[in-house]
Parts: sequence; structure tokens; C-alpha cells
Amino acid sequence: MSFLDDLRGAGFDFFTGVPDSTFKRLLCELEERPEFAYVPAVSENVAVGIAAGAHLGGRTAAVFMQNAGLALAVNALASLAILYRIPMLLVVGWRGHDGGDSPEHRITGAVTLPLLELLGVPAFVPARDSIDAELARAVAAMHAQSRPAALVCRPGVVR
Amino acid sequence: MRRAEAIARVAAALGDDVVVTANGWIGRETCAAADRPENFYMLGSMGLAAPIALGIALAQPERNVVVFDGDGNLFMTLGVLATIAEQRPANLLHIVFDNGVYGSTGGQRSPSQRVALDALALAAGYAAVDRVTTAEELDERLRRRPAGPAFLLVKVLAEADGDAPRVVHEPEEIARRVRDAVAMALQK
Repeated sequence: MSFLDDLRGAGFDFFTGVPDSTFKRLLCELEERPEFAYVPAVSENVAVGIAAGAHLGGRTAAVFMQNAGLALAVNALASLAILYRIPMLLVVGWRGHDGGDSPEHRITGAVTLPLLELLGVPAFVPARDSIDAELARAVAAMHAQSRPAALVCRPGVVR
Repeated sequence: MRRAEAIARVAAALGDDVVVTANGWIGRETCAAADRPENFYMLGSMGLAAPIALGIALAQPERNVVVFDGDGNLFMTLGVLATIAEQRPANLLHIVFDNGVYGSTGGQRSPSQRVALDALALAAGYAAVDRVTTAEELDERLRRRPAGPAFLLVKVLAEADGDAPRVVHEPEEIARRVRDAVAMALQK
């Protein structure tokens, strides 16, 4: 069982996103398993738009992205997903989480959780042994509030 | 052709198609011409009408989905042409009402005055690409239903502000109506 099967077990039946090295193996697996019908998007705001459409079509989407792409998708979240109360799970790779990453990740890495908090997107940060529990909490918050929730993953947490 | 006239002509040919409208005058004029539960009025998130429509089309492959896009909107997320062409949804019709300007903000020029969006859609790999400029050409094209993803560029006049009122529905209600309309059609 991989994390993808956990997502399916949690009710997700539509998968889109933009590749991130944090989820290197997971995204390769996603492409190799046709039953997931993964829709690769060209940018993270487009991915949020596709996920919103999937919800209108009766599905529930998980959206993979790097935190750099989360910053790009802020308006898509604010004026589409949150405004229209559209649930979706953002699975976010957290580069720059400890300041030790390469320079381009430092600033976005430091503001990733505050950014989600400002937007009112409930965020959950799993450790390797708490991924199942944090996924369950994120899914519960997403449905209870009918809005996007985020699973913010440091590299190495999701394999 | 005026944009409001073009929108009314397309709306008259819709059946039970799901429609996603770009923000600005396109959504307002669609709501004024033919408000219906199958219309998703995108109020903000400029550029995302086509991605939203793609998501619906992939989630519901038996349902026809039509995008009422604008040139300024599409230029904002031009890469979605590649995503749509790569996914090849046969049930998606992507209409661009192309007036060559950013109409809601004072009529500043958009790249479409020099860059042909239909040529870009064709290059990306849309299955059917057409351009119309007159009402007769538009009606004739709407009588055909080529397999998608289809692209239809409707050249319309650049006008000063329109007179259609704001979309009357709250965002939550807009989303709920569309979702219910899609779900109900499945039950039939």
C-alpha cells in the first residue's frame, strides 16, 4: 500500500498537480497507474482550477504541488476554491522548511504555513510515523469546513 | 458582431451543456441572456475558466461542457491549451469571445490584436479549430458538433463597458447549482 492508496481510501477520486521533487517517486507511481487517471497541469493555479471543476463534476480532488507553486496558486485558492467553498486536498512539498535548503526556497519556505493560515486553509504537517493520522485530520477539516485543506510535507515524509 | 449578441446566440444553442464563463462582462452578459443552473459563473480567478471546464469535462465524460472564455483570460493561462490538447476531452468546446482588449479595465490592448489564439490552439493539438466573425457564420458553426477538444474563436467588437448587471447569485449557490445539475442528470 502506498500513500496513493491511502488517498483513495480517504475518498479521493481525482488527481492533478504539478511535479515536485518532494514527491518524486509518488508522482512517477501516479503516472504509471492508469486507474488514477492523473491529470498533469502546467501550473499550480491551473491545477486548482481543474480540481475545482472536478468537484463541480461530482469528484473529490487531491492536488500535488511544491510550496513555490502554492504561492503561485494563492488567487486561485482565494477567489475560487475558498470563495465557492470547494473542498480539495493540497498535498504540498515543503522546501525550505528549516532554512537549510537552496536559496530559492528560503523565503517561500519560511512563509508557507503563515500563508496558509492567512488564507484560512487548515494545514497539517505530518511526520513519517503520523502521515495516516494527519491525512485523516486534513480530510475531516476539508469536509467539515467545505474548503481546501493542506497536507504540508517535508522531503522524505511521504515515500 | 457585438459580444452580447454572440453570447445570446451561443446560449440559444446550448441544450443541457454545462457552461463555465470567464470573469467580467462575459459572465454578466451570459447571466443576463440565459441564467440557468448549468452555468458556472467564475467571478474572480481570471484565467481559470478553461481549467475549471476541463475538470468538469474529465469528471463527467458523458456531459458536454462549453467554456465562454475571453482573450485576456486565456492569455493569462495560455499553457492550459497544452493541458487540454494533451488530455483530449471529446466533450469540451472552448469558445473565446475575442475583442482584442481588456474591456472591464478601460479597453487596454490584449496580445490578440497581433497573436492569433486559434492558431495557437491548432498548434497545441485541439481536434477542431474554427474562427467566425459574423452571426451567420456563428450559427452555422453551432449546428455542427465536431468531437473535441474543439476551439471556436468568435471575433467580436471592442466596446466600452456593457450594461449587463452583476451576476445575481452568491458564489456558494453558483457552485451548488452546477453540482446538483450535473448529479441530477446522472440520475435520469
